Amino acid sequence: MRNVVVEDARAAVQGLKDGHTVMVGGFGNAGLPLAILKAVVEAGVRDLTLISNNAGTVEDDLTLWFRAKIVRKIICSYPRGAKAFTELYRKGEVELELVPQGTLVERIRAGGAGMGGFPSPVGVGTDFAKGKQVLHVGGRDYILELPLKADFTFVKGKLADTVGNVTYNMTARNHCPAMATAAETTVVEVDRIVAAGELDPEAIVTPCIFVDRVFARAKA
Amino acid sequence: MKTLGRSELARMVALHLPRQGFVNLGIGAPTEIGDYLPPDTDVMLHSENGVLNVGPRPPKEAEDWDLINAGKIPITLGTGGAFFDSTLSFAMMRGGHLDIAVLGAFQVSERGDIANWTTGESNGAPPGIGGAIDLAVGARTIWVMMDHTTKEGAPRIVRTCTFPLTAAKVVSRIFTNIAIVDVTPKGLVLDAVLDGLTPADVQAVTGAELQPAKKLRKIQPSGTVVS
Repeated sequence: MRNVVVEDARAAVQGLKDGHTVMVGGFGNAGLPLAILKAVVEAGVRDLTLISNNAGTVEDDLTLWFRAKIVRKIICSYPRGAKAFTELYRKGEVELELVPQGTLVERIRAGGAGMGGFPSPVGVGTDFAKGKQVLHVGGRDYILELPLKADFTFVKGKLADTVGNVTYNMTARNHCPAMATAAETTVVEVDRIVAAGELDPEAIVTPCIFVDRVFARAKA
Repeated sequence: MKTLGRSELARMVALHLPRQGFVNLGIGAPTEIGDYLPPDTDVMLHSENGVLNVGPRPPKEAEDWDLINAGKIPITLGTGGAFFDSTLSFAMMRGGHLDIAVLGAFQVSERGDIANWTTGESNGAPPGIGGAIDLAVGARTIWVMMDHTTKEGAPRIVRTCTFPLTAAKVVSRIFTNIAIVDVTPKGLVLDAVLDGLTPADVQAVTGAELQPAKKLRKIQPSGTVVS
């Protein structure tokens, strides 16, 4: 039977290369794969394009990546209050693409769902419409938003089974299920791994088809 | 000039919310409105990070950092509440499923334009947008809660927003620390004024023309509004 369990965080980030595009789940403190974030820094990669909601909230999250200067560009919705990122941004050492939060996650969904983008009402008539194609549908204006995909997605789940089905914990779900669909390699850090068949099929949020590796913070 | 405190302003908005419906309270000051909803309210609060029926804040010892609102503050889940991912959460917003969103703002124009994400003067700090536009464009009704003027006394209700827009022609009602103003097709209508102030006092600190309502209401210092 399929088994996507890897031993540790180091094995979880195997294959990550300089210049890769990486999605990282999480909103504030909730849903961040902290062990993986550390392992990425230890892997010594650089020039990453990072797609995430925030740019580091506390010291042990994406802040590590900006302290280590391994991010070339971030695509996110709310980088405010992120100290290490702000320092680099002020010095012009990191590029920022600011995207409204709902548009960010829908672009990720489009990437994972094989769509060529979507016409969005969000941002029409604002700075966020600059340079984007305008479409008229049913008497309303929309702007064309393009899909986002990644080489790697790193998200945090609550439970995974050995075949790679994943559940989440409360608001730690956030962007994680969408991101899990949109990468070449999706890696999920979970609290605990259970045997296949132990998760209620009705409770599975990310089905195993999207998941390439799971890694448990603490063994069951 | 006499003004309402932030808590009394939050209470005033809470007293105006319908008894039921789906409501999003923007991050910052509007979040405080939740503290003043009546205990028997049937309002279900939505938070864009993936929760319906946000309950009161938990006591310190019960905080769980996997259960937070869009302002990244620990919350509880009310009875009948649900969790969901961001795509579904923003479908609720853009899809017109939210009855009311109450947002903070830097400026609101007389035609209901809202500027609430940047003042354009960043001093090199990165801008942030979050879910502000998604809410402003998607919720069926947009209310704004803000101080009537800047700290320096400049009007925030203006003829045309000078800050970058969040969305055009979406705001229908503005609650400030001295007045309630309705945005109508015929212009701004002054619905209520803080006790002790006159419509002329409010007009003097407003950057667009206000027409007093036929029956002007009075805002008491507690945030209760009486006819």
